[in-house]
Amino acid sequence: MARFSISGVTISGIAACVPKQVVSNYDYDLLNEKERRLLVKTIGVETRHVAPKYTTTLDYACAAAEKLFEETNCDRSEIKLEIFVTQSRDFYLPSTAVIAQDKLGLPQDCMAFDIGLGCSGYTYGLSVAASIMKSTGIKKALLLVGDVSTVTCAYNDTSTYPLFGDAGTATLLELSKGNQWSFDLHSDGSGEEAIKIPHGGMRHLLTEESLIERKREDGNTRSDLHLQLDGLSVFNFSITKVPKSLNSFLDEVNADRELIDFFVMHQANKLMNETIRKKVKFDPVKVPYSLSQYGNTSSASIPLTMVSELGSQLGVPRKLLLSGFGVGLSWGHALIETNGVICPKVLEI
Amino acid sequence: MELDIRGQELLLSIKMTIEDFISKLEAEFEDVEPGTLKAETSFRDIEDWSSMHALIVIALIDTEYDVILSGTDLQAANTINDLFELVRTKQ
Repeated sequence: MARFSISGVTISGIAACVPKQVVSNYDYDLLNEKERRLLVKTIGVETRHVAPKYTTTLDYACAAAEKLFEETNCDRSEIKLEIFVTQSRDFYLPSTAVIAQDKLGLPQDCMAFDIGLGCSGYTYGLSVAASIMKSTGIKKALLLVGDVSTVTCAYNDTSTYPLFGDAGTATLLELSKGNQWSFDLHSDGSGEEAIKIPHGGMRHLLTEESLIERKREDGNTRSDLHLQLDGLSVFNFSITKVPKSLNSFLDEVNADRELIDFFVMHQANKLMNETIRKKVKFDPVKVPYSLSQYGNTSSASIPLTMVSELGSQLGVPRKLLLSGFGVGLSWGHALIETNGVICPKVLEI
Repeated sequence: MELDIRGQELLLSIKMTIEDFISKLEAEFEDVEPGTLKAETSFRDIEDWSSMHALIVIALIDTEYDVILSGTDLQAANTINDLFELVRTKQ
């Protein structure tokens, strides 16, 4: 079982950056007014920040990192580990993390690599960064996490288009004393079809056929380069396996829910998240949402929510439960202690 | 056929439960007037039925009855009574 604990790492700061352009789901003319109202009520997304063409996750994550360095007075030459978690990389190759090393002026003796995960990516990223820091003694690490998903959502697909927003985030990790962190990580590749972009990888190379938009069984129209999402399967996965593993994790680490300050979930869909919240028995005041303003921002949703909804509330020592779940299928939970996280306001570029 | 008292009670409890199920569904769908849904109503005929309604039904059934319906379960069902029977079987 990928359930383990690490102590002696802390988060010094988190910054998030989103595109300036805001799109409202009340303007989505593929649905009538009543349908739009029901959509907003059910999925909880009113507006989304949408990246212009050719602006990438790397751009947003680097802008967030620059802001973070400034606010935390971090000497970037001390960063010896940089991890980029994304499913919307700039190129097939090289890895986005390596490009970011140069773009951010990080030293060349900094190890840098990508992790290709989406919704579960932040908790995975934290676990990998913290593990490496503890085993190598690297004192400072930068975790860049985000996705530009809107470019792969077809306008004529009501299951994806109104759901996703774009964002990039940067988290500064440092070795410190104390701070118990526990992780619980899972994978189920039998659910690979549930959230997928079928063409453009090695299994189905990009061909002319990949670009053809076709009407699908579910009534939505998209190409095979667009994101497909089987809402019901994802919903069922999320309201069964996620709360079950969370409850078992919290029991095993003997966590008292009263002592957990906030439960920050991947911002998937309001109805789904609320069902999970009830099953894990958390009071609504402890469960922040950034969904209405930013939509589902994939891997960025947990750090973006921490910055946009909690902000200065993270300036004092806190105990946080984080949970990411989705594409893969992949899911991961983290129970972490922090001792003052600097969170500058969400940046828009 | 005459039902004995136990049979009548059982029938009554089932009826009550169906009514309870229907009123819960009506409460979730804010555009549906209370009293308009019947056991034999085909749920896809509810005005503007969409995938959103399917999610709402699944979440409601999970929260209220601790039963998870899959997409296949939902596809196989036509009426509200079919849904109710599914829930009862899975419970």
